[in-house]
Amino acid sequence: MIIAGRRVPMAFSLLVWFAIWEVVGRLGLVFLIPPFTDVLAAIGTVATSNRFGDAALITLQAFTIGMALALVSGIGVGFLMGRVRAIGELMGMWANIFESSPLTAIVPALMALLGFGMPTMIVTVFLFSVWVIALDTQVGVAHVSQSLLEMGRSFGASRRELLTKIVLFAALPEILAGVRLGLIRGVKGVIIGQLLIAIVGIGYLFERYSRGFLMAEFWALLMLVFAFAFALSETVGFFERRVAAYATTR
Amino acid sequence: MTDAAVATDPATATDPAVRVVGLTKDFPGGTRALEGVTFDVPAGELTSLIGPSGCGKTTTLKIVAGLIPATSGEVIVKGRPVTGPGPERAFVFQDFALLPWATVLRNVAFGLELRGVPKAEREATAREYIGKANLGGFEHHYPHQLSGGMRQRVGLARALAVDADILLMDEPFASVDEQIRRAFQEDLLRLLSEERKTVLFVTHSIEEAVYVSDQIVILTRGPGRVSNAVQPQIARDGTPDEIRRNQGYLDAVEEIWGQLRSYVEEDMRAPEGADR
Repeated sequence: MIIAGRRVPMAFSLLVWFAIWEVVGRLGLVFLIPPFTDVLAAIGTVATSNRFGDAALITLQAFTIGMALALVSGIGVGFLMGRVRAIGELMGMWANIFESSPLTAIVPALMALLGFGMPTMIVTVFLFSVWVIALDTQVGVAHVSQSLLEMGRSFGASRRELLTKIVLFAALPEILAGVRLGLIRGVKGVIIGQLLIAIVGIGYLFERYSRGFLMAEFWALLMLVFAFAFALSETVGFFERRVAAYATTR
Repeated sequence: MTDAAVATDPATATDPAVRVVGLTKDFPGGTRALEGVTFDVPAGELTSLIGPSGCGKTTTLKIVAGLIPATSGEVIVKGRPVTGPGPERAFVFQDFALLPWATVLRNVAFGLELRGVPKAEREATAREYIGKANLGGFEHHYPHQLSGGMRQRVGLARALAVDADILLMDEPFASVDEQIRRAFQEDLLRLLSEERKTVLFVTHSIEEAVYVSDQIVILTRGPGRVSNAVQPQIARDGTPDEIRRNQGYLDAVEEIWGQLRSYVEEDMRAPEGADR
């Protein structure tokens, strides 16, 4: 970021926003916005509370199971969609419809079907994240260089070796991009699911804080969730940057 | 079309390494790429395929490699008809086809890796050919850190490392600068004389074909047919510059150009974007 000809670190913009937040909070104009320093203080109390520990545990559990299912089936289906034209055409339309549809609307139906507990949360995470993973994997797999495949075949690679030694790695940049987006959507999915269920996990805490006008705690919780999603996405981003060097030269 | 005499014993020493017999290829949609292509690739020699663009040179090479099936006709390698890729043939690709995520060492060893050769053994072999291809010191570099010429040396080293008798090269120097291309042609001739390979080489450069080949098969276009086979008579004992001034070299270039000229002139007359 360059301001008045000087290089300013990006973090500076955050500081400016926090300062504005603090001022608006101190003025007491909107009850929704407590002073930023109060929110910072609340992060400590929220993060160490038993209630948060329990909620985080349940949420993590639902998120992990849902994501694991989404990763396995998203990458698997994406592979098939990219390798077999008929499956790509058959599934592509559905994947695109679900990817662009407001899935939040489905959650109440899921609750009716699966109840107010873990299964609904898991399926919500799965539905939020699986499509983008499948679609990105498909793009990566479908665009593997024809000559790399011919190279593998000419040196005697079996079908299995073609997939595990060539296609998988050649498609890795797209697969990782899909996984990163899928993880972020999965975090959204688990929170939205819990908000709608309204009696479990982090979603319940959000509900509780906002209904009790505990705005500092509410914002603190939001920051904790954001930090979690950011850390996940940065972890995948780290691997993405490692494959970026070859992604441009494929 | 002349049918080659059928040998009684399919594996005598004087038999050609590759025999291409009546090859016809129709692509889906009905385009006929090749029609009755017949020629022999003598063992231990370098045969070039040359012709106007779109004459099916690369298609012929890929059928010989077993990468695509012929519509009719057959390719016989060492007395056996080709049904797919085989360990006696190795391919060198125009666009190098290196694994961008693997080091030079792993790329050169990749053919051996696919054959199940243990890691220590295949890396020892790979190092040997990395040395022969003048890539020493670059074992742990990645393809994107190398120049085009070096990348193709990796492709060549990979093909040599699997110790196939027959090398199939698809315009290997097409994506390389002219100066590097010449140095590369020297290296190729040197390596081939050391390794005693049979080579089928696709190129669109007449000079390159004449310079490196023992035999040049000229293909016509639409659909591809063999129009002629030329055996340049060139003494190979001179320096590169002497060879390029050699009368046999100049005669062969002239002869091939005479045959290809008509196609080029046809191209120049054809309206822009005309469908052939």
